[in-house]
Parts: sequence; C-alpha cells; structure tokens
Amino acid sequence: MTGGPKIQIRGVAKSFGAAGRTAPALAEVDLDVAERELVCLLGPSGCGKSTLLNIVAGFLAPSTGIVLVDGRPVTGPAPERGVVFQEYALFPWLTVTGNVEFGPLLQSRPAAERKRTVDRYLDLVGLRVHADKFPAQLSGGMKQRVAIARALANDPTVILMDEPFGALDAQTREVLQDELSHIQRVEHKTILFVTHSIREAVYLADRVVVMTSAPGRIKQVFPIKLPEVRDRFAPEFTQYESDITRVVKEEVAKVRE
Amino acid sequence: MASFVSNVSTLVESGLRGPALTRRRALALRVGAVIAFVALWSGLAGLVVALRLFNPIFLPGPWLVLGSLAELAAKGQLWGHVGATLERVAIGFGTGAALGVALGLAAGYLVPVRNVVEPIVEMLRPIPPLAVLPLFIVWVGIGEPSKIGFITYATFFPIFLTTVTGVRQIDPLLLRAARSLGARGLALFTRVILPAALPDILIGLRLGVALAFFVIVISEFIGAEQGLGYLINDGRNFFLVPQMLGAAVVLGLLGYAGSELVRLLERRLTRWQHPA
Repeated sequence: MTGGPKIQIRGVAKSFGAAGRTAPALAEVDLDVAERELVCLLGPSGCGKSTLLNIVAGFLAPSTGIVLVDGRPVTGPAPERGVVFQEYALFPWLTVTGNVEFGPLLQSRPAAERKRTVDRYLDLVGLRVHADKFPAQLSGGMKQRVAIARALANDPTVILMDEPFGALDAQTREVLQDELSHIQRVEHKTILFVTHSIREAVYLADRVVVMTSAPGRIKQVFPIKLPEVRDRFAPEFTQYESDITRVVKEEVAKVRE
Repeated sequence: MASFVSNVSTLVESGLRGPALTRRRALALRVGAVIAFVALWSGLAGLVVALRLFNPIFLPGPWLVLGSLAELAAKGQLWGHVGATLERVAIGFGTGAALGVALGLAAGYLVPVRNVVEPIVEMLRPIPPLAVLPLFIVWVGIGEPSKIGFITYATFFPIFLTTVTGVRQIDPLLLRAARSLGARGLALFTRVILPAALPDILIGLRLGVALAFFVIVISEFIGAEQGLGYLINDGRNFFLVPQMLGAAVVLGLLGYAGSELVRLLERRLTRWQHPA
C-alpha cells in the first residue's frame, strides 16, 4: 500500500444518452478521500452526486477519468467497496442473519467465524433479538440497520452510502445518524456518503463536499473541525450549517432559473 | 347472521366483515361441496335408470365407477396403470422443469441468450402441443421416449416463460447489492437470481404439473399398453363407460394431488413473502 489517499477520483466525468445527444451529468471531478475519513457529497437533486457514488461503486463506468481505490483502478463492483442504498436492497428471502451472513458465506468463511461476525455486527446495530426475522417484518429504520450490518460484515475497506437515511422519518433519521457516528468511532471505515441534508452532512462528515447543479462539479469543500461526538445545537455546528446552506442555496437557485 | 359484526370488540378485532371463516368451517364447506357433487351425480344416474330416459350405460352412477376401479384393483391391474402414468409424468415433467428453469434463468438474465432463445420459443409456443405429437411419434416411435418427450415439450413452455418473467422482474438494486457483496457467476444465479425469481418459477411449475396430466392422457391413447389414458381408450373400444370414468376420476385426483404438492412446496419456499 502507498499510504496515499484511499480513494482517488481523477478527472471523472459522465454523460448519459445515445451518441450525439448526450446530457452531461458530471463534469471533471477530482477528489481524494483519506483512509478512515468520512466525506459527505452534498448538492441539489440531479447534481450527479449519486452518479459519482455509482462510479466509485463500479456500477457505472465514467465517460472520462478514473477512480482508484488503494491505487488500483475500479473496473466493476467488488466486495472491497461495500454499498448501502437508500432503498435498503435487502434480500427478502433471507432472514436478518442470512442477509448479514451473505458476504462471509460467499467468501466460504467457516460457520463458527460467520456466527461471530453476524453476532458482532447485529450487536453493533442492536438487532440481535431480530436475527431470525425476515425483512418484510422490519421497519424502515431496522432494515437500514441490517443493510449497514451486512455491508460491515463483508469487511470492506470502503463503504459507499447513497442517501441511506433519505427514506426514513425525521426521528429515525437522527437516531441512525447517531448510530452511524458511533459505528464510525468503533470501525473507522473510509466512507463516502451522499446526502442532500446539510444537517446530516455537518453531523457526520470530516469533510463536506458541495457540488454544483448539473453538470455536477465540486463547488466548495468544507472541512468540519468539530469534535467526534457532535452537538446539533452547538453554535459552531449551526455556523457550519448556515455557511454551507448559503453555498448550496446559490446552486438550488440556479436550477430554478 | 352469526358471523355479522354485532359488537365493538369484534369490529375492532376483525373489521366490518366480521371474523374470517375458521379453518374447520372452510374445510367443512369444501368437503360438503364434493359430497353434494357426488350426490347430484348419483341422483342423475338414478333418475336415468328409474325413468328409462336413455340407456343407463351412458351415465353410470358413482357406485358403478367405483366398482370398476375396485375390480381393476382386485385384479392387480390398476396400480400398473397408475404407476405407468405417474412415471411418465414424473420423468417428463421433471425434465421439462429442469430445462425450463435452466434456460429461463439464462435467457432472463443474459440478453444474448434471450435474443437467441426467445424468438424460437415464441414461434413454437402458439402451436398446440397436440399438433406436434404425431411428429414425436414419427421421430422416436410410439414407445416411452415419445410419450415422455411430449410431456417435456408441453411443460417446458409455461415453466420457461414464467422463469424468464421472474428473472426480468428482479429489482436491479438487489443485483447491485449482491455484486458489491462479492457475488458473481454461478453464485449470483444460485444465491440471488434463483431465489428472487422463485415465486414466478413456482407458478410455472404449477401450470406445468396440470399440463403434464392434461397431455399424458392423449399420448397414452396412441400405442400404449398401460396407463390411465390407455384405460380410457380401452374403455371406449369395449364400451366400458364405468372404466372410462374411473380412469378419469383417478387422473383428476392425481392432478389435484400434484398441484397441491407444488402448492405445499410454494408455501414452504416462499414463506418470506408472508412471514407470520
């Protein structure tokens, strides 16, 4: 390993549509994410932040540019890059345990080790008692906890989260933000997190990357110099919130024009 | 009006329509319907005899049908016929199901395979299977292979089509999730695509079982020495209407048992859709 940035996004652009009539979604993005860093991509809807995440995940190929993880180019989805989706994407035919065990099972880990892994991550997200339930029996917040445990149990070096709490109600959302913040203090993963909630970004991120409206590019980067455990009502917190809000509003206004 | 909502607590518990039928009452209704059907049949057959409407040989009562079955059973012939039919259905349907599911999974997931297989299937599908039975006989003779092959051919289509539908309806997000968890190649098929498409595949299997019993009879009309279809045809040649009806009743029961078996399998395998 080089000791350089964990994720290197170099000149990544993406256009959609057939040849001749393409619409640019993402224009020339350069971004580094350091090991153990949590970076939030923030921007108006349609700014290409999810597109960028999907390119890092390997679901989409960039039109130009390259993404490197640990110095190796991304050519497709791989277990080193875990993904948590807004719509949970749990396997409905598997129980909570079955879902969390999915990755370790594919890697043919021995049963005892799998059980330890499942127990550890279900404890981390507080779902041990629901281990034998099917996704259809869980609330949205519980489903997303399972999805996070499933991603962690596969031991990825990078976790990509695409508006993971976007489908949840406000209260559940804050609870899960607290839990993710706690998980990050325990697990120290490298996380790229897409959101359109400024509060969420300031609460979770080491750095907030604000993107422009389509075609998306990086407008401004805010390093968040707040303690690990954050208070949503601290004056410094609200200062970051208002600073970022001002920058985001310019972009939202552009979309309206 | 016993089941009508009469107080607030039943309303709260079971809504405006009142409590659902208990399992026992539902079963009683089902058994009652069968008994009523047999009674109606007996009544009609009795009426034909009593009023001399027409030769009663055309509509024998259930007792005569049962009698002829008992006679066949006593002579030890019935089991041979039932066994022959079941064996053909089992092998033919099993092969058709295996082919239909395997090709359906491949065609549903891999676009090039779909583009090759689908047009051929769509061209063959509108041809009633019966129309190709003579061809099977010309190609492989009137023995077992043509009978089994015929069932395989007929059952393949519904199973293939529902499998393709099932695979194409899989949420693409699930496939993305699976790939980013490291699933690829055969593991992607066995751990994600197959279970995700299973509810549709099981519908195809149920249609296939019914179709298998539907077509086996016809192929047993031609050049068979055993089987329930043979019994019916033999009954026609010798004007043994009770034997014809008896064989038909056994076929009905077997077909019913077959689709119940698939239904049982369905309930076991897709419990996750409606967990308790």
